[in-house]
Amino acid sequence: MSGEALAFWVLAVITLGSGVVVVTSHNIVHSAVALVPAFLGVTGLYVLLNAEFVAVIQVLIYAGAITVLILFVIMLTEGGTGLRVPQRNEQGAVGAAVALAMAALLSTVALRATWGIGTRTLVYTPGDIGQSFLGPNLLVFEGTSIVLLVSLIGAIIIARKED
Amino acid sequence: MVTLTHYLVLSAILFALGLFAVVTRRNGVAILMGIELMLNAANVNLVAFNKFTAPQALQGQIFALIVITLAACEAAVGLALVLAAYRSLETIYVDQINLMKW
Repeated sequence: MSGEALAFWVLAVITLGSGVVVVTSHNIVHSAVALVPAFLGVTGLYVLLNAEFVAVIQVLIYAGAITVLILFVIMLTEGGTGLRVPQRNEQGAVGAAVALAMAALLSTVALRATWGIGTRTLVYTPGDIGQSFLGPNLLVFEGTSIVLLVSLIGAIIIARKED
Repeated sequence: MVTLTHYLVLSAILFALGLFAVVTRRNGVAILMGIELMLNAANVNLVAFNKFTAPQALQGQIFALIVITLAACEAAVGLALVLAAYRSLETIYVDQINLMKW
């Protein structure tokens, strides 16, 4: 087994294992904290895929910001772990069936389809990504900045206390 | 040898986990966690396709970065909504938020 394959399987186990904890834990704080290894496992996958810049952004935004935000809201609303109330609705069996069907469908498609395989493997630098953002993808970049501004204002207005 | 199919199957399983959280969790914050898992699965797909099928292009990584940005927006607005719901209804369990349910 090559080093790349070993790294892939280790990262897959980390990601999916902590994903299962996120999804099934009865303690909502455990779920939130288990998000961190799931996101870090995905970060490792990005590094394996030569996407170092995306990996760094993933650590900064997901593992850093979003997890802390989620923990903040858990503490602000529930004030605890939520252990006394059931965390799952009565649709557990149906939900599991739907999720399994979705996984089977997507996996079947992925296993059966033949994808065109590119030959070259390039090194993607942050400079290339920046050039692309300010060149061919400028419109997407500007649109994203407007969405960021709108969601910032929206979040402030929604979460504000009304006097 | 790790191929594109490995990454696609992994992200399919991750997506299904997120979907399971979204349809079975009662807590609004836990539903948002499931959505984050699903967005991560989509991002793995985008970056894997970028590397394996179109290595000369950069669009997969660009798109993954935009999805990460939009996920941050979505988390901020979603958690603000959860806070607002908690303030007015005093619950974040979505099966108890049924004021508009017929």
